[in-house]
Amino acid sequence: MTTITADERRGPGGGRGPGERRVPRWGGFSAGMLALELRRMARNRRTVVFTVIMPPVFFLLFGSNADYRSTRAGEGNLTAFVLVSMAVYGAMLACTAGGAMVSVERAVGWSRQLRLTPLTPAAYVAVKLVLAMVVGAVSVVATFVVGSFAGADMPVSAWVGCGLLAWVCALVFAAFGLFMGYLLPSENVMQVLGPVLAVLSFAGGLFVPVDSLGHVFATVARFTPAYGVGVLARAPLAHEGELWVAVLNVVAWTALFAAGAMWRFRKDTARV
Amino acid sequence: MTVELDGVVKRFGAVTAVDGLDLRIGAGEVVALLGPNGAGKTSTVDMMLGLSAPDAGSVRVLGRAPREAVARGLVSAVMQTGGLLKDYTVAETVRLTAVLFGRSRRDVDAVLERAGVAEIAGRLVGKCSGGQQQRLRFAMALLPDPELLILDEPTTGMDVSGRRDFWEAIRSDARSGRTVIFATHYLDEADAYADRVVFVRRGRVVADGSAAQVKAMVSGRTVRAAWPGADEAALRALPGVDEVEVRGDTVTVRGKDSDEVARFLLTRTPARDLEIASHNLEEAFLALTADDAGTAGGPGADIGRGQGGALSAGGGVLISGDEREATR
Ligand SMILES: Nc1ncnc2c1ncn2[C@@H]1O[C@H](COP(=O)(O)OP(=O)(O)OP(=O)(O)O)[C@@H](O)[C@H]1O
Ligand SMILES: [Mg+2]
Repeated sequence: MTTITADERRGPGGGRGPGERRVPRWGGFSAGMLALELRRMARNRRTVVFTVIMPPVFFLLFGSNADYRSTRAGEGNLTAFVLVSMAVYGAMLACTAGGAMVSVERAVGWSRQLRLTPLTPAAYVAVKLVLAMVVGAVSVVATFVVGSFAGADMPVSAWVGCGLLAWVCALVFAAFGLFMGYLLPSENVMQVLGPVLAVLSFAGGLFVPVDSLGHVFATVARFTPAYGVGVLARAPLAHEGELWVAVLNVVAWTALFAAGAMWRFRKDTARV
Repeated sequence: MTVELDGVVKRFGAVTAVDGLDLRIGAGEVVALLGPNGAGKTSTVDMMLGLSAPDAGSVRVLGRAPREAVARGLVSAVMQTGGLLKDYTVAETVRLTAVLFGRSRRDVDAVLERAGVAEIAGRLVGKCSGGQQQRLRFAMALLPDPELLILDEPTTGMDVSGRRDFWEAIRSDARSGRTVIFATHYLDEADAYADRVVFVRRGRVVADGSAAQVKAMVSGRTVRAAWPGADEAALRALPGVDEVEVRGDTVTVRGKDSDEVARFLLTRTPARDLEIASHNLEEAFLALTADDAGTAGGPGADIGRGQGGALSAGGGVLISGDEREATR
């Protein structure tokens, strides 16, 4: 048996003794980790297509015809109206995908690997939420840039207001993504969630106005999670819809999804 | 003490994976954890790493709760299952670990070098072979410069040269005095690299001794030959013979000096079809850890009888009373 004590060793850390070892601040939440994670997300082609390419393409398909450009909608044209809806759709996809990263990481056992580091589960979730919001922002910006070249017209205040609201309110979908990520440990959870989000967007009036689908549908639609975000994000442009219903919608769904995510998250870490 | 396990119990529903395990491991020891599938090795390792909590008993690592020891980088591991992310490169994976442990880029380069993955640092993990991924896990485990390194079947799925390279890296690292605990199914690895061997069966320690002691305990070979009307007494009289068994025309001799037995059989008797087989670590392992050890007539019990004597003769090998009964 070798009997060299720890202090005599010179390892990669220059032989720091156990007494000098510190647990990192913020439970391991750091800019360095965010940067590496962002780089990894950007490398994932599917994520990029889903979040940065698809929303602008959808906008070009649905919102850029000449009639829309000349039709007024609120303070801008109909093209801008569609653009905001598509930006919300993009932010939704991006935030959900960001939150749902935990699903893949649990499925391949990366979360287990991370448990061998000082990273606390809460810091891990925080990293995922921040990532989801960053990707959401990129998605909104990408859609808006394309829109500005494709004939969307609205006042600067609406550009900024709509963009910020689409982004911030998409937090509800970051929570949704996290919840689903913990609920469905699968390597391709977005394949399941993609269609779900499409249905939610449709029901929430992002693709077509809910009123055009009949009274019953319109009533039900107001309770679906994408509806509130859509109404709020379009508010600076369109000034229509019942804002308090929309706010209630966003707050309630965020609370619900966050509670769900917390519940699964607790279960997950309790197993330790 | 680097590791202190006292009466540790871990249950999964009806299964008792770890059943009152006691184990103490001192600083600088290199310990092999051996046992059949489902013996409770991984469950034990998980508790040492704070990945799961014992249902009873206590687990202390370097005098701390495991989770705390992990967070301070005092203990790290290469796990049997433990994912890597395909879309990180090798270097990024280690860099992420470094960020979490608050280590520098220089440390990253150092461990990449030491784990033998510096040449493939820029490669995506998804494009690395199993052996390369395992060495990447090793690099990650080295990064916090732990006092205790735990390896759970680190070379499973590696080819022969991959295994050798991996152990070469571990061995040169262990020279620095790190405590190493590894679980393995490759008994030759335990033989070559451990200075203490712990046999686990059904969540209990069945045998625990130094590598040298275990080798002594299983030294000897079996000589088998066809010899109608064998002279049992003459065989027993040969030097180093422990046991003689005659079954029909076949005679089986267990002993330390197989050469002498073979020479005698071939030159002084009409015996033919001679075979010599070694009693290796594997046989001892099977005898001690077989699930049916102790069941009358089972193969485990059969070998166990032969090994039982050798075990006592080996000395210094600790076997709890009931297990001794079981293997006889
Ligand atoms: N999460 C779990 N849920 C239910 N049973 C489990 C779980 N983990 C382990 N077990 C059971 O506990 C027992 C011990 O398993 P463990 O993985 O510790 O064995 P092991 O010695 O590592 O085996 P192997 O050599 O196959 O890796 C087995 O019967 C196994 O089925
Ligand atoms: Mg195992």
